[in-house]
Amino acid sequence: MSGDPLLEVKSLRLSVRTDEGLAQILDHVELQLPRGHILGVVGESGCGKSTLARAVLGIMPNRAVLESGEIRFEGEDLLKLPDREMTRRLRGRRIGFIPQDPYLALNPVFKIGAQLLSMLRWHAPPDLRSESDRRRRVLSLLRRVQIPEPELVLERYPHQFSGGQRQRLMIAGALACSPALVVADEPTTALDVTTQLQILTLLRSLTEEFGIAMLFVTHDLGVVAELCDAVTVMYAGQTVETGRTNEVLADPQHPYTQALLACHPDRSGALLGIQGLVPSPLAPPSGCRFSPRCSYAQAQCSRRTPRLVREAPGRFVSCRLADERQRERT
Amino acid sequence: MTAGVPGKLGPALEARDLVVRLGGKRRWLRPAVLPVQAVAGVSMSLRPGETLGLVGESGCGKTTLGRTLLGIQREYSGKIELDGTDVSGLAPAIARRKRRAIQYVHQDAGAALDPWWNVGRTLEEGLVIHGRDDAKERRGKVEAMLSAVGLDRSFKSRYVHELSGGQLRRVVLARILLLQPRIVILDEPTAGLDLSVQATVLSLIADLKAQLGLTYLLISHDLSVIKRMCDRIAVMYLGRIVECGPTSAIFAKPSHPYTRALLAAAPRLAADGRHRRDRLLEGEPPNPRSLPSGCAFRMRCRHAAPSCAQSLPALEPIGQHQHAQEHGEEREHVVACGRWREIAETTPPPALA
Amino acid sequence: MLILAKFSRDKVAVLGASIVLIAMIIAVLAPLLAPYPGDVAASHLLTRLKPPSFEHPFGTDNLGRDILSRVILGTRGALTIALMVVGTAMLIGVPLGLIAGYYPGWLPEAIMRVTDIFLAVPQLILALALAQLMGPSLQSAMLALTLTYWPFFTRIVYGEARRLKVSLFIDALQCIGAGGARILFLHILPNAISPIIVRATIGMGFTILVAAVLGFLGMGATPPDPDWGLAIAESRQYLPDAWWFSTFPGLAIFITVLGFNLLGDGLRDIVDPRLRRSR
Repeated sequence: MSGDPLLEVKSLRLSVRTDEGLAQILDHVELQLPRGHILGVVGESGCGKSTLARAVLGIMPNRAVLESGEIRFEGEDLLKLPDREMTRRLRGRRIGFIPQDPYLALNPVFKIGAQLLSMLRWHAPPDLRSESDRRRRVLSLLRRVQIPEPELVLERYPHQFSGGQRQRLMIAGALACSPALVVADEPTTALDVTTQLQILTLLRSLTEEFGIAMLFVTHDLGVVAELCDAVTVMYAGQTVETGRTNEVLADPQHPYTQALLACHPDRSGALLGIQGLVPSPLAPPSGCRFSPRCSYAQAQCSRRTPRLVREAPGRFVSCRLADERQRERT
Repeated sequence: MTAGVPGKLGPALEARDLVVRLGGKRRWLRPAVLPVQAVAGVSMSLRPGETLGLVGESGCGKTTLGRTLLGIQREYSGKIELDGTDVSGLAPAIARRKRRAIQYVHQDAGAALDPWWNVGRTLEEGLVIHGRDDAKERRGKVEAMLSAVGLDRSFKSRYVHELSGGQLRRVVLARILLLQPRIVILDEPTAGLDLSVQATVLSLIADLKAQLGLTYLLISHDLSVIKRMCDRIAVMYLGRIVECGPTSAIFAKPSHPYTRALLAAAPRLAADGRHRRDRLLEGEPPNPRSLPSGCAFRMRCRHAAPSCAQSLPALEPIGQHQHAQEHGEEREHVVACGRWREIAETTPPPALA
Repeated sequence: MLILAKFSRDKVAVLGASIVLIAMIIAVLAPLLAPYPGDVAASHLLTRLKPPSFEHPFGTDNLGRDILSRVILGTRGALTIALMVVGTAMLIGVPLGLIAGYYPGWLPEAIMRVTDIFLAVPQLILALALAQLMGPSLQSAMLALTLTYWPFFTRIVYGEARRLKVSLFIDALQCIGAGGARILFLHILPNAISPIIVRATIGMGFTILVAAVLGFLGMGATPPDPDWGLAIAESRQYLPDAWWFSTFPGLAIFITVLGFNLLGDGLRDIVDPRLRRSR
């Protein structure tokens, strides 16, 4: 891929005012997503990955304070865009969304057909003026996401579908207006493994077929391995490592990525965990946020936030060790 | 995680032809709601000191089976024996009194604790309900149990919303262990936990078993958890056990097509995407209200033949004919599939990481 | 205290709470605060219907009594009625709602149908009927209000108990063998307390209002009680010249009822277990 990436997040720093003070949810988050690629954002609960996904959609948490950074989509800084503009031109149109719980995203009192059609009515490309055109488009989408008997499906209500079918409906909805980017927030977490594999396979083939880029948020490294071209690992609101999936999984550079992979049942026979707790965003540790739990930590780690070091093309690590290695090389 | 099954002891808990129906009711002037057969004739036994894994996808009846063994759900027919004594056919309140030796750990630990009660009072409550101890003894026991599950005394004054997912699991475990059960049913003990926390919770569960001499029935959809924790595995599909056997045998030689699909579908780090098509199990489980004839899995099974529609396959031992004597382990490995021999010969088991 | 901190940020609720608090202080200290505490029964025909002045800030009524004193003394009566009515209604309604919501079978069905019947009876009409039967008095008014108010508590608690009954922590308690009474009163009740408190607070205001209406209609308090509703009733024939006679008791009703309602709305948000802190 040449030229600018489709989506680029630059040193995003976002806090939320709470009753107990300012919570630093995101701190210097960096990521790049080229057109047509699938980027996994992986991290444990509370690492800010969902907040990041929502920020890309232009949805900020309540009482959010945007401290710095930009989110560039097709060259445009989304954070500078007024919400009306975001809604009218981008969200649901150029940027699709697949939620974790499709049941909450569907209105239980309306039929599926009416909900999908109204989505198209709001965001429709100009070539879908007439209702019958839109209907045809919805039917072809449903067929594409492998929902049997799409004509009958249009007349059903959300509760008449299984979890996997509902997720297929959400995917159809996200694709309805031919977006360039789809943001998926843990779309398979609530599903069984066999259904999860069906959905992952479907997502892979759809993104290839339509040339869609996808930002895929998950906590499951196995899912990242199955689906994503590249992966960004987040810890306590910071990007700690990013790179091609197979490289990061085979040769993790950041101590947190190493520890996380060591916990994975495919890697360890013993029951390993990471000592300590994820820090509270109200009082994050100074310097490297992983340093209190890191076995390689030295005094200087808690003094200075490590910069994101470029190890190889597309491979970045935010750690003192990587920094030192680079200094030795040059 | 050793197969610490001592000698020829009888089963700690045994179920025979257990059938559980859910949700049926007669209504006045309206058509009756038909019940769903959530557990459709399950026979199983839990040996003292072992960890039996119950695995299957959502809706397969594994939680219902667990709750029926516990006694909080009443069975429709079948027998349950606890230490050789018949404890079946009882109303929930009586069943729970008779089966105090069995305790249950809920999947969602946060929701299983009263938000208005702090940890100390919550833990003490079980002792108060069953208690003969005085307040001082109770407090001592609570503190000892808190430290056994790896929490310090300060947690006594905490409330549910102040605890992390891993801490909540520990509290829930502590609560039931204070009641001194012999058999613990763990329902998805790591669901919703991060990997780094999951490992510590699992090792705590394993340690407690060794310390207190417990027997576990571990219900999970996560095969990696089952593989790490269990001596034996029972695989459920639509209310029936389709395959059961020692963990090593099931992972080495999965014989039911559903077990194979389940093992193959688990996401793994070494995925290269090439064999994804082979691993894919098409479709979804049928509606339990209208099951197909014969084998319930045949609609999704890639090995299905016309014969599969004719009769319901029963569990039969693998390796019964060959080396039955020297491979006692294989005798325990049972599968409910009419065509498992042909499948074993024609297709290799899924490549596992 | 997180609860107080959160509450104090809600200005409207703080206003409501202050009004209720002041009203309660006035009620307790009424004989000390009233400039002419003897004016409950006395009459001073020479000073009747005087407009507000330095000696009588709220003016005097048709019998020359100081209206400020009577408004202050009336606070005690109004709050007593409200407390008694709401308290008794809670004592009847809450346990019935708990039982109806938790246990299966015909008993809950029976309780709820009786509740529906009482809910269908209009409050004022029942009060008027009882006043006819028992003779107009404060007691008959209170009885009527209680009889029509308890079903509200039953309804609310029933809904909450039904919701909580299927929650996981109740299931967990059943699993460890907890009995019905323990679950109902130690677990379901505290978790249902928030809507009960809100309903009770708003009910206090509502009861004061209806009690005033009954007094106005002559079916509640009897002269010479310093009742607010009664005072307004008596003032009617002197309107519009003696405007102060009806205005000040009316304002007292208005402000007190408003105070309870604002407080009730504010409490709704803060009675939440997640605001509890161990440290």
